[in-house]
Amino acid sequence: MRTKVTKVILIILGGLFIASMLIMPLTTVLVYALRQGLTVFTSAITDDYAIKALQLTLLTCCITLLINTFFGVFAAWTITKFRFRGRQVLTTLIDIPFSISPVIAGLVFILVFGRIGWAYPLVESLDINVVFAVPGIILATTFVTFPFVSRELIPVMQAQGREEEEAAALMGARGLRIFRKVTFPHIKWGLLYGVILCSARALGEFGAVSVVSGHLRGKTNTLPLHVEILFNEFKVTAAFAVASVLVVIAVIVLILRNIVEYRLKREKG
Amino acid sequence: MPGLMRIFKRRKNNVIPGFGLSMGITLTMLSLVVLIPLASVLLILSDYTFAQFWQVITDPKTISTYRVSLGCAAIAALINVVFGVLLAWVLTRYKFPGRRILDSLIELPFALPTAVAGIALTTLYSDKGWIGSLFEKIGVKISYTTVGITIALIFIGIPFVVRSIQPVLESLDAGYEEAASILGASKARIFFRVVFPEILPAAMTGFALALARGIGEYGSVVFIAGNIPYETQITPLIIMNFLEQFNYPAATSIALVMIVFSFVVLFGINILQSKVNKVARGS
Repeated sequence: MRTKVTKVILIILGGLFIASMLIMPLTTVLVYALRQGLTVFTSAITDDYAIKALQLTLLTCCITLLINTFFGVFAAWTITKFRFRGRQVLTTLIDIPFSISPVIAGLVFILVFGRIGWAYPLVESLDINVVFAVPGIILATTFVTFPFVSRELIPVMQAQGREEEEAAALMGARGLRIFRKVTFPHIKWGLLYGVILCSARALGEFGAVSVVSGHLRGKTNTLPLHVEILFNEFKVTAAFAVASVLVVIAVIVLILRNIVEYRLKREKG
Repeated sequence: MPGLMRIFKRRKNNVIPGFGLSMGITLTMLSLVVLIPLASVLLILSDYTFAQFWQVITDPKTISTYRVSLGCAAIAALINVVFGVLLAWVLTRYKFPGRRILDSLIELPFALPTAVAGIALTTLYSDKGWIGSLFEKIGVKISYTTVGITIALIFIGIPFVVRSIQPVLESLDAGYEEAASILGASKARIFFRVVFPEILPAAMTGFALALARGIGEYGSVVFIAGNIPYETQITPLIIMNFLEQFNYPAATSIALVMIVFSFVVLFGINILQSKVNKVARGS
């Protein structure tokens, strides 16, 4: 009887926490987005600037994903399939972006490519704008999400061990073939998991992008930045309408994550 | 690059091909995206005398931002440890309807863009919001105060703590708890004497992760903070303000302080993590 009371109290406490910290903010977004009716809602999310912002956000997310997946696979392969000195150091270096403030992630690219940066003469002679332009947004997003894929792959590849690859190598298979035929089938769910996490963060990145964007509407404005501008202009309903699009994406990500995590667990056990 | 390659020298007992290529790609990309841009911080500061640097980072206005950032992040991380242990316990030990949904909701702060979380929390906890208006009646303001900042950081930090503790609780051998129970120990005593010591390193890792994230957090905090100097200005925001004034040396100086602090926390997390792994492996 006592045990049951404790159980109920603990579940209620946990439920209250989740309701006030997680569920109510979500509900707030949806209620405020729709409180002036459907026409205001649709006009906010089909606004020219909102569409342009969505396009830029998706473009940034895709390029970031390509770069980080490519890096993540090679980094995880290097760290788990070979024995070498300084492996722990390399792992720590890759994790650096996790512990750096997004504002600083944006700042460092201004220090490289901005007017005071050492690479400024180079990019100017090539006639490319990096800071306050799209390349800067992509770079800052890539920095922030850099470890996401490798972080998910390393434990999976570590658990798998090296024996199968070693056997394949001894039988004469080349590197790419070993990866495709031996490693990839083991890591595909882990890889997908990392890609989902990475895209969620890349779609929503705010601080780093905010520093390098310059907030030019229709040009360098991503969806989260668009939300900020609308909110600061006291267009609260429009801000929440655009935010609700991001909420829908976030919920889809959560569901996908759950499915993939389930598959991952089943594969392990 | 060859210099770097020499540091990470391969040990000779490996038959898998492609070490040079994959290590080369890894190091090149890591250097281009992370290491070289970060090193630019030092390059910019080399034109700056130490006295100037020191003056910026010890300015009373800057110091007050450290206090706000560090204080709020620490309180938020502590609250998260309490609720993180509770939630991890509830989610691993009890079966009840809706458990799986609760479990996946924990990840929401990872999936939800920080700016969206920021405007939602600001509205919810403002004096006209659903929760804020309740506190307004007893005279407590949440949005635009340090309480609001702490709430935003609790939101951001909770998944770190829960996800650190959950695997340890799952792998914990229930035999010890049963033995203690048979020997007549009370529930509370079992928790604090048997379970708690086992999950302590994981809880501390979660605390450190939430703290590190909280100190650097920008998007979810900037709306609810109100950005009043000396009161609710956080360190990332003062960097942002200097950037808007094109005062790059000042912004970079404070950034360096934050980077050094992050490295210290990261180092601590690595040490804690190796302890957690030992507990999980059962040695």
